Formats: sequence, structure tokens, C-alpha cells
Amino acid sequence: MEELQKLTIQVRRDILRMVHKVNSGHPGGSLGCTEFLVVLYKILMDRKLTFEMNGFDEDLFFLSNGHISPVFYSVLARVGYFDVDELNTFRLLNSRLQGHPTTHEGLPGVRIASGSLGQGLSVAIGAAEAKKLNNDNNLIYSLHGDGELQEGQNWEAIMYASAKKIDNIIATVDLNGKQIDGATDDVLPMGSIKNKFESFGWLVVEIENGNNIQDIINGMQKAKSLTKNNKPVCVLLKTMMGNGVDFMMHTHAWHGKAPNDEQLESALEQNPETLGDY
Amino acid sequence: MKKYTYTQKKDTRSGFGAGLAELGRTNPNVVALCADLIGSLKMNEFIKENPERFFQVGIAEANMMGIAAGLTIGGKIPFTGTFANFSTGRVYDQIRQSIAYSNKNVKICASHAGLTLGEDGATHQILEDIGLMKMLPGMVVINTCDFNQTKAATIAIAKYDGPVYLRFGRPSVPIFTDENQTFEIGKAINLTEGSDVTIVATGHLVWEALQASEKLFEKGISAEVINIHTIKPLDKNAILESVKKTGCIVTAEEHNYLGGLGESVSRVLALGHPTPQEFVATNDTFGESGTPTQLIEKYGLNANSIIEKVNRVLKRK
Repeated sequence: MEELQKLTIQVRRDILRMVHKVNSGHPGGSLGCTEFLVVLYKILMDRKLTFEMNGFDEDLFFLSNGHISPVFYSVLARVGYFDVDELNTFRLLNSRLQGHPTTHEGLPGVRIASGSLGQGLSVAIGAAEAKKLNNDNNLIYSLHGDGELQEGQNWEAIMYASAKKIDNIIATVDLNGKQIDGATDDVLPMGSIKNKFESFGWLVVEIENGNNIQDIINGMQKAKSLTKNNKPVCVLLKTMMGNGVDFMMHTHAWHGKAPNDEQLESALEQNPETLGDY
Repeated sequence: MKKYTYTQKKDTRSGFGAGLAELGRTNPNVVALCADLIGSLKMNEFIKENPERFFQVGIAEANMMGIAAGLTIGGKIPFTGTFANFSTGRVYDQIRQSIAYSNKNVKICASHAGLTLGEDGATHQILEDIGLMKMLPGMVVINTCDFNQTKAATIAIAKYDGPVYLRFGRPSVPIFTDENQTFEIGKAINLTEGSDVTIVATGHLVWEALQASEKLFEKGISAEVINIHTIKPLDKNAILESVKKTGCIVTAEEHNYLGGLGESVSRVLALGHPTPQEFVATNDTFGESGTPTQLIEKYGLNANSIIEKVNRVLKRK
């Protein structure tokens, strides 16, 4: 647990330093999902240490809300898919760490381009169908923003997954209640996301504190236990956008904005170095 | 000059269905997806023989493209089937991000392309799909001319690793290519040798071009007809070699002149051998209801239109 805490803090530092350096990127949602991705890659996923695109006989993860690439890249590097020094190249010309994740430059750990929202669940379902055809018992994990659910393709995919009994998938929705233009309830209220998934035939697990490592582990283990039961599984992960940096929390202002020098200093002070900066 | 005849007419979509069925028997990685148009895409045989490798996604083309992309990750070779309009324009961003940019081995198979689906009218008659697809980096674009070629192309694209757009159609058209042909992506086929004009045609217009060349021959005009089944990558050498001999060219396609085969040929000529060119294509317009024969006549896509453009381009030599 201490190791997970340390990694979480170090990933936060990575996120902040990455977006600060290029004065662009999305720190808010990245910080909100840091604990989740740390737990996913360190505890939950049964995965191979080296990257192979086909992902045979291992769990796979698909990031649909590609704008939280900073946390994705940091976690991928910190668990060994590529050297952490490469985080220095985030959003720079000729980098494998593009603004939004892509397979185009061959970055290990990424299996699909994402960023244009609403496409990841369909892709994850396709990968889940392939696992079934291959008699591969491993699982598919995916992560989606709550605002992202406003894209209609999600609902095509949600309908398909229950109709076709895609029960080897755990799709997690980051319920931070915020999107670029403001609170999700102001931009386009979606009502109860839980009710929507349930009425579409999914099993739903709620994680009340999606920034608490133990709560995430418990919730995801429960979700895992519900798989292979003829129904797709959805996890509603309630997170705090900007978590771990006081001035980035309780606002949507840091969705797509980088901290300045002073703000970075303050943010890093709140997250002292644990495993060594890149 | 070499004459082409036929004993049978069939729709090119049935060639796709036959090719897919054969792939089902020979390649265990081939899977198929359809968005509620199994009968129209002639996918029944594959489905009957390989029910576990078929995915009916319902009327949800965006989801279909995403699922196809995901299937490739597990080593599958997905063939998606729906009308050309719903295979391209409706799902452009899904193809762009999840398939083309992600370099996924998806075969987008599109029936009812162009005007000749007929009576359904403009909502279903896409004349922009070649342009949409050829603009995507890495996308191969193929438009086949008859049953045999469509079958051969369907089988061939399974062996190619990368995204492919395969375009075919609804009407019955003469079968004039070899039943046992080997389909080579990107390799133009010279159908007739000629010295006065080059006619480069794709899809249903290849047969019209052959008809035109016979009538032109009777009037003493020697036309070289090239079947360009692959619009991207384009066989530049075949085009350049021919126009160096003939000195003028007509391109023919069931597509808008904007973004179609003709424009791709123009670029080859501009860079390699500037040559007078005329276009047989629709003129920045939507289609409408009618029979296929009525439509290709009204929109200037038949043998007579090709002859007219040949006469025009000959004067510009």
C-alpha cells in the first residue's frame, strides 16, 4: 500500500511537470484518475511485462478519454513499458508521446488512438469479442469520461455489449461531474448514469471515493467477481478532478490548462518527490 | 482490337459475398460484421458456415467500425459490410481515428456505391466516398468492375495487412474478367491496346469504357482502355506509359469529379507528363431516384458520355 501511495504521488508530479513544460495538456482529469490507473496497472491487471499489440493471454486496457494522456503515459512509463525519461518529450515535435495517445509512433502500451471522444468502448468490445473467439480468459478494462457519455456511439456500444453478453469487460466511467464548459449537470445533464447502464442491462459497481486506493481495489475486485456472468460490468468511479493539488480541486478550470511556474512549485510542494523525478 | 464479351451478368456485391464465403473456408482469422444489411451485402453464405465469426451489430455503424478496430487487436481480420454511404460519410471520424490513424487491419466493404443503386435516391447514393477514403493516410481504395474481380479483390485484401476500402455495387453488370484471376492491389490492368486516346476507368464504368472503345474503333479511333481497380495506391506508371503513347486521356468513374479517380490521375499527369484530360464523373451534384440505366444516362456516366469526352479530348491534343 505504501508503494502504491508513493507511486501515486510520483505520477502526480510527472503529470504536473509534463503539462507545465509544454504549457498544454489536461492535468485535471489526469490527477483525478491517478489512483485508478496506478491500481489498475499495479494490482488489477494480469499483464505481460513487454508490450505486444495483439495482447494474447493478458488483460488489456483502453483509454477512451484520451485527453488524460499525461496520467496514462506516466503510469505506462513507471510500470516499465518505456523509459521514464521519455516523459520529457510529451507533446513535443517528433515525440511518441503525442497530445492524445496513438499507436502511430509505436509507443508501447497504447493499442488504439483516442481523443476524439466516444469511440473507446466500441474498440474495447471488439477486443473482448476477439478474446472470446480466441478462448482467451483474460479481461478487457476501459476508462471513459462522464462528459464523454454525451457521444451517441457510447450508447450503441452499451446496447450491443449487453445484447451480445460481453461479460469479459469492465468499463469504468470517471464520474468527476465536470467537462470543458463547466459542470456536466450544467452543460448537458445526463440524469442517473447508474440507472442508464442498468436499464441497458449492465451490472454496475459504484466506487464512492475514486481517489482512495483501498476503495478502488475493493470496488474493482468486486467488479472482477461479476465478470463471466453473461453481463457486461460498469464501474462508476467518483473522482475529484485535480485531486492532490488544492487549487486544482473543486473547479473545472484545470481541465485543459497547465500551471505556471509558481503554481507548479506550489503543486509539487504538495506532492514531494517519492520515486525520483524523470 | 481485343473484344470483350460476356455470357452472364451479376452484381458486384455478390462477388464480395462469394469472396467472403471463400475466405471463411480458408482463413480462420477472417471475421465479418454487418449493420443490418446481410441480404444486401450477400453475406449469408459466410454467416451460415461461420456463425461464430459473424457479428450482427444492428443499425449502429459507428459501433461497428470501433468493434472492427478492436477485433484486429486480437489478431482478427474484420470485414465490415454496409452501404457505401454508411461505410464512409456516416462514420468518417470512427474510421479516421480508430482504424486509419491507429493502422488497424480492417476491410471496409461497401455496397450500393454511386448512382446505380437506383430508386432509393440521393440519401443512399454516395458520390463522395472515394474522395473521403483516399484522403485518409494509409487507406487503400479499391473499386471493382465485375463479379469475378470483386471476388478476387475480396480474397486478396485479406492477405494485405492494413486498412482497405473496397467499393462495389448493386446492379447486375456483365462478367468479363477472368474467373481465376489473381488480384494485385495497385496494379492497373490494360484491357485494350490503343494509340489515339487513353481511357482510364474504375468500377462499373470499366465495361462502359470497353463499349465506348468498340464504337470508337469503328470510327477509326484507337482507344487504350485501362482498368484502374485500385485508386489508391494509384498505378502511376501504367497511366504515364499510356499517355506518352496516346497523348490524351479520359477518366471515367461513378463518383463526383471532385475527389475521385480523375483528380488522382490529374496529379499524376501534372507531375509526370502534362496531358489533356476529360472527366466522366458526376458534376458536383447529388443523385436522384431512377433506374440505373436512366441514371447513368442522365448523369453522363455511360459509354456514350465516354465517347463524347473522347471526341472532346482528341481536339485538345
